[in-house]
Amino acid sequence: MSNPYIVLPVLFQLFVAVILMFAWNRKNLQKLISVVGSLIALLISLALLIKVNQEGIQTMQAGGWIAPFGITFVADTLSALLVVLTATSGLAVSVFSVGSVRNARIKFGYFPIFHLLIMGLSGAFLTGDIFNLYVWFEIIIISSFVLITIGGEKAQLEGAIKYVAMNLLASVVFLTAIAILYGLTGSLNMADLSLQVANVSNRGLVNVTAILFLVGFGIKSAVFPLYFWLPASYHTPPPAISAIFGGLLTKVGVYAMLRVFTLIFIPDDFLTTVITVMALLTILSGGFGALMQNNIRKVFSYLIICHIGFMLAGLGIYSTVAIAGAVFYLVHDIVVKTNLFLVSGVIFKFRGTYSMRLLGGFYKEQPLMSLFMAIPLFSLIGIPPLSGFWGKLLLIEGAMDQSNILMIVFILLGSFLTLFIIAKLWAEVFWKDAQELPKKKYIRYFDELKPLKKQAMLASVVFLSLISLGIGFGAEWVMQLALRIAENLMDPSPYIQAVLGS
Amino acid sequence: MKTIIFKTASVFLLPLLLLFSVFILLRGHYLPGGGFVGGLMASTAFVIHSFANGVERTKNIVKFHPGFLMPVGLALALLAGSLPLFLGETFMTGLWMDQPVPVIGSVGTALFFDTGVYLVVIGVTLTIIFTISEGL
Repeated sequence: MSNPYIVLPVLFQLFVAVILMFAWNRKNLQKLISVVGSLIALLISLALLIKVNQEGIQTMQAGGWIAPFGITFVADTLSALLVVLTATSGLAVSVFSVGSVRNARIKFGYFPIFHLLIMGLSGAFLTGDIFNLYVWFEIIIISSFVLITIGGEKAQLEGAIKYVAMNLLASVVFLTAIAILYGLTGSLNMADLSLQVANVSNRGLVNVTAILFLVGFGIKSAVFPLYFWLPASYHTPPPAISAIFGGLLTKVGVYAMLRVFTLIFIPDDFLTTVITVMALLTILSGGFGALMQNNIRKVFSYLIICHIGFMLAGLGIYSTVAIAGAVFYLVHDIVVKTNLFLVSGVIFKFRGTYSMRLLGGFYKEQPLMSLFMAIPLFSLIGIPPLSGFWGKLLLIEGAMDQSNILMIVFILLGSFLTLFIIAKLWAEVFWKDAQELPKKKYIRYFDELKPLKKQAMLASVVFLSLISLGIGFGAEWVMQLALRIAENLMDPSPYIQAVLGS
Repeated sequence: MKTIIFKTASVFLLPLLLLFSVFILLRGHYLPGGGFVGGLMASTAFVIHSFANGVERTKNIVKFHPGFLMPVGLALALLAGSLPLFLGETFMTGLWMDQPVPVIGSVGTALFFDTGVYLVVIGVTLTIIFTISEGL
């Protein structure tokens, strides 16, 4: 169904960014605009999800140019759901930034760039044009380059170089793949490509292109042989920024893979085997990597990789149930990973360190807050009925249907590794006796902050924890949604029909 | 490069190049030209002036911080793009006036979008140039 307003979640973020630029030097006004803007953006995206849920796939042809010639925007349930999650994480991080981001960073345009990043993410989820997807990826990475370097600390710049280098490489690979695809079919519209690619006689070249897409998106989403940039860079920027990176940036890569490998390239046995092997090794390397780390943000960085493996596993199994599992896991992971980096930021504000060895006694000092922090940590392990459990349940069910024992073993192994890591982290950070830490001069500790800033930081953690709980306890509803999304992904004909007409 | 010839020429080149940049901006859409090229040309005019007379003098001509042009241009482009939304058309649909305006030609949302781009490009380029030459 044609609907010109589905582009609103994207446009609204741009609008907020422009307003913020006009208030360049007024930091308190910027904070207010950012929080209010994020809240309205969340409401807009929720309205979109409800609309899509009731009336089916919504499309928009930019400039009135009919598909496949113009740029199409498509809001199906998956896109709308991810836009809602983006807005949710955006709101939490925006509120957290009120408390945690330093004035020096705000002076250099932290908030406008943050909203441009959210705009890029929403655009990437909503577009139905593969080249436009590339453009949104560029907007995302350019904004993230600014965010990762803003402030200009030495460690930040070091991490940024690795991040920039790998992401530019991924863009080059992605663009090359688009060029080949355009050469093969003469189309860039994803729905049209879905029809055209099936008719290309040169199957070898189609498979090569598919692998190029896999590599491009693989670097972005940090899967097994291509993940090295992530743990080298995600622990360097301030916690608010690493929260939005950890929660959303890698997930765009996963979304792109889900979209491209169900709509354009229907994987053959070879491709599913490649994806499966990558998924298994991603789970393993992320899990073992996290085991070795002492810095809690590095632990979480490796855990991102480990859990990207779960989502990729769903794509590797390639059945409706498994993809529903991957989608459910995606939903859970965006909320939880954003929250975990925020939690690490709160802990840092209290203690001035990220080192697990030095931290301790957090539970004794802040029992209520620790309980809220326990929710994302235990959701991550997948303790029922928390949110991580249901995604894994669907994944294992999917693997069971295909008697893929190896996959089940690795998923359980990944969960077990996560359990071990989180248990270790819990014991070290929360239960171990606190030790005296020397006060560092350049850190503003939690006690020195104004009450509003304190509340902002804690409120965002509580907000995301409650959403995690909601996903866990409302699992039936989310699961139905995930199953419907998976059915639509496995049978793309409604999508194609919505875009191209009859 | 403070030679007298360059200095004198720069004073005349500045308005000429600015005028030409506006011509290029208006010529766009159906013919080569448009906001991006026009914006680059306009900022070149200021860059030449600053090479000949020093950045301080050029800043005096511009009066306000060029970075301010960025949000203004973005706002204009955003407004031009989303104007059709208020009329129930899709984003970025070109709306044109029935009668062409003398000198300028046909006026539509695309022109305002291009003008937005023009301003953003001037803002970005001048901010970069001024910031870099401050350190020299």
